Amino acid sequence: MPRTDENSHYQSWGRFPKAEQQSPVRMTSREGILPPRSSDSKLLAYGMGRSYGDSCLNNHGHLILTRDLDHFISFDETSGILRAEAGVTLEEILNFSVPRGFFLPVTPGTKFVTLGGAMANDVHGKNHHVDGNISHHVISFELVRSTGERLLCSKDSNPDYFYATIGGLGLTGLITWIELKLKPVDSPFIAQEVIKTSGLNDFFALTKASDKDFMYTVSWIDCLAKGSSIGRGLFIRGNHATASQAPAKNKTKISKKSVPMDLPSFALNGLTVKIFNALYYNKQLSRKTSNIVHYDPFFYPLDAVHHWNRIYGKRGFLQWQCVVPFAGGAGESAIKEILEEISRAGQGSFLAVLKTFGEIPSLGMMSFPKHGVTLALDFPNQGPKLFKLLERLDQITRECKGSVYAAKDARMSPESFSVFYPQVDDFKKFIDPDFSSSFWRRVRGESGK
Amino acid sequence: MNIAIFGANSAIAKATARVWAEQGHGLYLVGRDAGKLTALTQDLQVRAKSKIFSEAADLTDTSKHEQIIINAKNSLGKIDLVLMAHGTLGSQSDGEASWKQTLQILDSNFLSQASLLTLLANDFEKALHGHIAVITSVAGDRGRASNYIYGTAKGALSIFLSGLRNRLAAKNIPVTDFKLGFVDTPMTTHYKKGPIWAKPEAVAHGIVSAIEMKKDVVYLPWFWCWIMMVIRNIPERVFKKMKI
Repeated sequence: MPRTDENSHYQSWGRFPKAEQQSPVRMTSREGILPPRSSDSKLLAYGMGRSYGDSCLNNHGHLILTRDLDHFISFDETSGILRAEAGVTLEEILNFSVPRGFFLPVTPGTKFVTLGGAMANDVHGKNHHVDGNISHHVISFELVRSTGERLLCSKDSNPDYFYATIGGLGLTGLITWIELKLKPVDSPFIAQEVIKTSGLNDFFALTKASDKDFMYTVSWIDCLAKGSSIGRGLFIRGNHATASQAPAKNKTKISKKSVPMDLPSFALNGLTVKIFNALYYNKQLSRKTSNIVHYDPFFYPLDAVHHWNRIYGKRGFLQWQCVVPFAGGAGESAIKEILEEISRAGQGSFLAVLKTFGEIPSLGMMSFPKHGVTLALDFPNQGPKLFKLLERLDQITRECKGSVYAAKDARMSPESFSVFYPQVDDFKKFIDPDFSSSFWRRVRGESGK
Repeated sequence: MNIAIFGANSAIAKATARVWAEQGHGLYLVGRDAGKLTALTQDLQVRAKSKIFSEAADLTDTSKHEQIIINAKNSLGKIDLVLMAHGTLGSQSDGEASWKQTLQILDSNFLSQASLLTLLANDFEKALHGHIAVITSVAGDRGRASNYIYGTAKGALSIFLSGLRNRLAAKNIPVTDFKLGFVDTPMTTHYKKGPIWAKPEAVAHGIVSAIEMKKDVVYLPWFWCWIMMVIRNIPERVFKKMKI
């Protein structure tokens, strides 16, 4: 067995940019102390590596691997309050909680993230308009600082560190455990409706009409559509199914597929993506379908294909997600402008996702969600051409006082970052002096230092 | 079922204990690091309605073995199955440089197990009931320059188990030897991982089902059976020059 100072193994989900870390340290006990480090290198917690860009990377620094912190600490079957170590994944929580009648209060589009990572990015889901972000359901957590201090953080205890660590991108120290309140459900199923939309206006009308009666709403859109059909797609809405709606056979077999190797870069091009999107849009012929589906395909359709990031080949891919405030119609226009830019450039990819965020204000100083419209897209890494397009999209977002999601970013400029996150000057007071990330150094213009 | 697990803090034992706890079995956990053992005990108590007990102990101290087994029996009522997962990888180069280090690796990977197994085998034999399962390693199938000290201990343990199996067969007491290949655990953090590396959870399921089937010798994951068959059959005059 070759012994190595393992480094290049730890990547982000988009596999761009690459980072060379020093040997990683596994955190094997929540009571353990932070690993010693050499004076000029910094620390960063790394869970499942599902952040898309470089917020989970620490070029030239050390990663603290948190996946061994995977213990449950306590669970109250009446209130649904779970205390668990930060390296537990959302999948592990669901496997435990669903048979006991509880679901995650908020979940992102993959269950292969750790609880600590979910909180450090203050993730949101299809129920933002009802339930806010994950942090709205976090009661308390422990933060270990490089000084050795162990801070119990909640709205009442060390509140500054509570609000800084939520969405704080892992920079405030190591989160060892989190207590959060799960949501009671009657079954593992979702009563889902899928509605074919003809364009952006159709989407906005539907989302307005659905937000009151549906806990979950989201739309997939074909970002290569042009002209009047710009923003056409499938609008998906649902609620947790009641016990009587659930199919009698409570076990759905979910097939697990995997992309075994990198696909060559020519596999994804304008034509294949266009064909995929057209097929996906047209797979549903009627305006509306309704059915009862298991939570897995409803929330985590891509988790069924392990290593799906390999379809983008070795060069990887970038994801870009913005939120723009409604501002009396300005938000809607900005989304249209963004989609037009992408359509014109012909660089979009499958599965662009459009959703409206509700009015619940985010708790974290650096949290991303705010009331408005959010759009998320994947782009194969085509180099300078793509970077130019994304810079243009950042600019549109800046003009309408929107923001771009740090957890997905691999390239935004320091200027854009300080416009998107003006609260950064307050936030930086809470950063642990021994912690940093590739993302942080990049957006602060400190790369190479 | 009531199960005693030695080396419960190991990633493989932890994953196996979770499966057993969820199946409702009573567990007695023995591990060295008290903090980790508490975290694991709490975790299993959250997951399971069954009885979970634990005791922190350094198992290289053989003088404590008899008492630990008595404690386990007192807590559980009786022991139906024992899983032995403790051991350390040790450092081959340290062992080469110092005979004390060599003996320490043999101690923590073979002598401690031999002591516990002797006590447990006598108990089970007298009760005409029990099942012994021990985690060894493919490293014990043939000595290699890169880790022959650890391999020697594991190989000796496999021979010990083979003898014990032979002795206890007449009493219908199964002895299962798990020869593990590469598993991604804290013990192997600094090894470069490739496609043949297994996750502790996958290995745990293999352990649970092989025990249900009362198997004798089990390679986990299964393909190591074929890899080791090839390795065992390379002529020594060729093998001694190989760098593997």
